Amino acid sequence: MPDIALRAENLERRFGGLRAVAGVSLDVRRGEIHAVIGPNGAGKSTLINLLSGDLAVTAGDILLDGRSLRRLGPDRRGRLGIGRAYQKTTIFGASSAFENARLAVQARAGRPLALWPRRRAEQATDGLAEAALAAAGLAARGGIRADRLSHGEQRQLEIAMVVAGGAHVLLLDEPLAGMGTEEARTITALIRSLKAGRAVLLVEHDMDAVFALADRLTVMADGRVIASGSPQEVRRDQHVRTAYLGHGDPG
Amino acid sequence: MTAPADRHSWLVLALLLVLAALPLLAPGYYVQFATKILLMGIAAMALNLVVGFGGLVSLCHGAFFGLAGYVLALTAPRYDPAALWWSLPFAVAAVALVALVIGALSLRTRGLYFIMVTLAFGEMLFYLFQDAGFAGGSDGTFIHYKPELAVAGLTLVDLEAPAQFFWLVLALAAGVILLLRHLLAAPFGRALRAARDNERRARALGFPIYRLQLGAFVLSGALTALAGYFAAAQFGFVAPQMLGWHLSAILLVMVVLGGLRTVAGPLLGAAALMGLEEVLKLATEHWKLVEGLAIIGIVLVSPAGLRRLATAAFGASASGGEHLAAPPRSTAEDTTATDRSIRHA
Repeated sequence: MPDIALRAENLERRFGGLRAVAGVSLDVRRGEIHAVIGPNGAGKSTLINLLSGDLAVTAGDILLDGRSLRRLGPDRRGRLGIGRAYQKTTIFGASSAFENARLAVQARAGRPLALWPRRRAEQATDGLAEAALAAAGLAARGGIRADRLSHGEQRQLEIAMVVAGGAHVLLLDEPLAGMGTEEARTITALIRSLKAGRAVLLVEHDMDAVFALADRLTVMADGRVIASGSPQEVRRDQHVRTAYLGHGDPG
Repeated sequence: MTAPADRHSWLVLALLLVLAALPLLAPGYYVQFATKILLMGIAAMALNLVVGFGGLVSLCHGAFFGLAGYVLALTAPRYDPAALWWSLPFAVAAVALVALVIGALSLRTRGLYFIMVTLAFGEMLFYLFQDAGFAGGSDGTFIHYKPELAVAGLTLVDLEAPAQFFWLVLALAAGVILLLRHLLAAPFGRALRAARDNERRARALGFPIYRLQLGAFVLSGALTALAGYFAAAQFGFVAPQMLGWHLSAILLVMVVLGGLRTVAGPLLGAAALMGLEEVLKLATEHWKLVEGLAIIGIVLVSPAGLRRLATAAFGASASGGEHLAAPPRSTAEDTTATDRSIRHA
């Protein structure tokens, strides 16, 4: 499948003497969920921060449909179609679920900071926000203050927001963290529904979810990629068994 | 969506409508006093755009206020009134430009650092007029004639008549409320509040935060200039104190008293503060002391405003900080001659 949406090339990030990410290359393809796993401290979160622009890269490059993102800030990358869900749910708690979704749509609309919006444009924004809530299973919850939603619903809302403005590359940082079984099932189904037409990079500790969702797996340890391939290939990989899966509880 | 501020601002607009009868009922002194309140209220509402809705505590808005007055004083002919139709836009544009420069540099910082950088820029402008001789230095300079609004020799509004001056300022205050209400409900205002509530999420969604906040800062400065221009015209005099940090702090007290989450609240804050002052001055020689205590009392009884101010200044971790009563107290109790002259300007 040649349809590469996001490509990392020899990405490196140093913090003083520590190489948190040391020469990572990976491709995220459209229509695929690419999971990145690895023990704590492997550099997974740093990798996501580099891809989203929250951290500057020390060396290497990031390409979105062939275009270098290296010098662009998180807001520019957001407008180019990269959407990110944070490890700790990051939404506008004091606003309603609908307002949250509408902000997400607005941010990538033609005039995100319009002073005198056209009625038609506002109606279109509202409509897309409603649709995004519905797609995330929150159609009936639009009027609720976001911080009054359940933990799982807040996560659903964040994913809805990331998708709402038309992001086609999604960076999901431990979306199942802290979820109950039922909530985890809902979110897992939601994530599976996202990959149609989008490229999804998933960092997750829940191995059941990872093997249920991932089309491709990259295993990191000490800032490096130690294995990459289909879930079956990675499961058989001897390096992975010794470096990671063999170490027992990964969470 | 309607902001929670909306119902409240309709109430204030209705109040302004009733207030329009004031020149028919009250002696001239009260009309002029009401005009002063409205002008300070406009400046406070303008400041609140960045403080309450942008989450950025600025201490240079006094400088924007005074600078507009200086632009009027410096551009007015000595023996003739200035023409309002060009001198007002010129003053507002000049201040907007200054706000653009100050904002562009200050908005690279956040929280306490933002307060300190804006304070430093405000003081630079203060000392510019204090020490340079071109506008009377520390003595200030007079504006002998109020600006004239005339078309083909026909005077539309006679600003020399206190009642007409009052009505014009009343209309401006109503206009500013309507404008702010509109802008805050528009995509611009929604994005501004989003950046205040969660800057990281707003940025990740794709909002250009720097441009957004700079736009709000310039707009806020321009509206403050509007108030400063008319305040100088009413007073007929400008002095460096009119752009000192003291005025910025007084505006901030009005914002906190009136409520940071409302459009028209700061106007009520201005009325409360200046009305309180007026009453206390009649009652006691030590009115500054009593006023300070009263403000501390009000703020402690309803600490929401102060808590939000602390959140903007120190970050969310300080949001429980009701004990941070220092900013309003120090401004209210500080008794200096400059302070006195500003409030009655």
